[in-house]
Amino acid sequence: MIEIRHLSKSFDGRPVLRDVSLEVREGETLAIIGRSGSGKSVLLKHFIGLLVPDAGEVRVDGERLADLPYADLRRVRRKFGVLFQGGALFDSMSALQNVEFPLRTFSDASEEEIEARAMACLEMVELPDAAHKKPAELSGGMQKRVALARAIAVEPKYILYDEPTSGLDPETSNTIDELINRLNHEINATGVVITHDIHSVLNIADRVAFIHEGRLHWTGSVADLHASTDPELSAFVRANEYQIGSVEHPLP
Amino acid sequence: MPLTAVPLVGQTTRLVEGFGRYSLLLARAFNLPRDLKLKLYLQNLRVQMVRVGVDSIPIVALATAFSGGVSAVQALYQRQDPAFPLPTSIVGTFTEEAVLLELGTLVTAFVLCGRVGARIAAELGTMRVTEQIDALEAMGVNSRSYLIVPRVLAGVLMFPVLYVIAASVGMLAGALVAWNSDAITVAAYWSGARAFFRPYSVVFGLIKSLVFGFTITSVSCYKGYYTRGGAEGVGTSTTQATVLSCVFVLLADYVCAVVLL
Repeated sequence: MIEIRHLSKSFDGRPVLRDVSLEVREGETLAIIGRSGSGKSVLLKHFIGLLVPDAGEVRVDGERLADLPYADLRRVRRKFGVLFQGGALFDSMSALQNVEFPLRTFSDASEEEIEARAMACLEMVELPDAAHKKPAELSGGMQKRVALARAIAVEPKYILYDEPTSGLDPETSNTIDELINRLNHEINATGVVITHDIHSVLNIADRVAFIHEGRLHWTGSVADLHASTDPELSAFVRANEYQIGSVEHPLP
Repeated sequence: MPLTAVPLVGQTTRLVEGFGRYSLLLARAFNLPRDLKLKLYLQNLRVQMVRVGVDSIPIVALATAFSGGVSAVQALYQRQDPAFPLPTSIVGTFTEEAVLLELGTLVTAFVLCGRVGARIAAELGTMRVTEQIDALEAMGVNSRSYLIVPRVLAGVLMFPVLYVIAASVGMLAGALVAWNSDAITVAAYWSGARAFFRPYSVVFGLIKSLVFGFTITSVSCYKGYYTRGGAEGVGTSTTQATVLSCVFVLLADYVCAVVLL
């Protein structure tokens, strides 16, 4: 379980996150939604200790990240797979080498086993043909799928997705959503999805946390989104131009 | 405090802070993780040695060839002064001392500041702004060690090799000038070079190469690793890496001369 308690963070005196408390339960997929600049990605970076909170704490499976020496922090980070907003693929490596990288770095498997596992991950994201292409030769959607394959290569306990569908066309976004759903079930991972795409939320999330002006403004199930009368949340949902409970995604 | 002193204090503070961050970065980078995969580091080191060393040979050779040649031409010009009649072999001596003690290292260092320093800063800077360094950290990789150690080691290991090549090419270029000149024979050139040759000059050049190799690569890694912003930030880091590397090379050159000669 991941627990965030009373977390605050400022940059150059400007508060970005204020007293945020949140927990991610085992096996669930939590969507963190909010407007651009609301602090969602900053919150995500705290989950793996890439940012240190000014106040409050982050605990992963009971371990307080701020107390851990760097070597132990790296051990905790290995429980995570992270899909970065831009993919963050290593541009000097091919798609296959990108997926092999965490396996090569942390496992004692043979070359054949590493390549087989990496190819299996690329097949999961339906990109075995792109194995030998460099990231620059791939489209934005394909880069995200390769990054997803890299994130799941070591079968992490937690997967963090930072804006997995931003900048993608609706069809590719659906493909990514389906992949996330399938992968979460196949490797039984706990997921945290940062997004402002309500369509994605309805597709993949079990629970939703709404960040507004740096504060955790609302939490609830996907079904609760429908029932919520909170003006800020309703405005955000309406701004997505999506009618909750539409034909495509009927809510319970 | 007078108002004019305020910016000076600010700049000094930033300089000290920067040096502290640079030292901490290197200390953390060289504090190698116990679980590191030596094979991965060695592969990375090999790639960097090729980029820093092998790929730099043509431009280093070109730059030092002209430096050696110009030194020989200037020595010929000096001995034309009727007030100070000098033997023709002095051309070899002058070129040898200039190339082994100074030009072989300093010209190579300036070439590497532009070629290797800028490349390292741009590479790491781009990795920073495209979240590739965050991705390494998120995987549990010690990004400082993984990215910085092979680059600095490659600089330290390959610069002496480049120095040997640079010194050899510089001396040969001087010989070429002698061959092309009516005022001196090639035999007299080599005779002058041998007459005052001290093996310590080569040792001095090799020690300076180690220092310069470390300075250029470590300063460039520092500027690249801490890049902020987007493309503009990468541009700024690259420029700063090149300029700072040149400045620190000059400082190191002076310190080496004072301490070692």
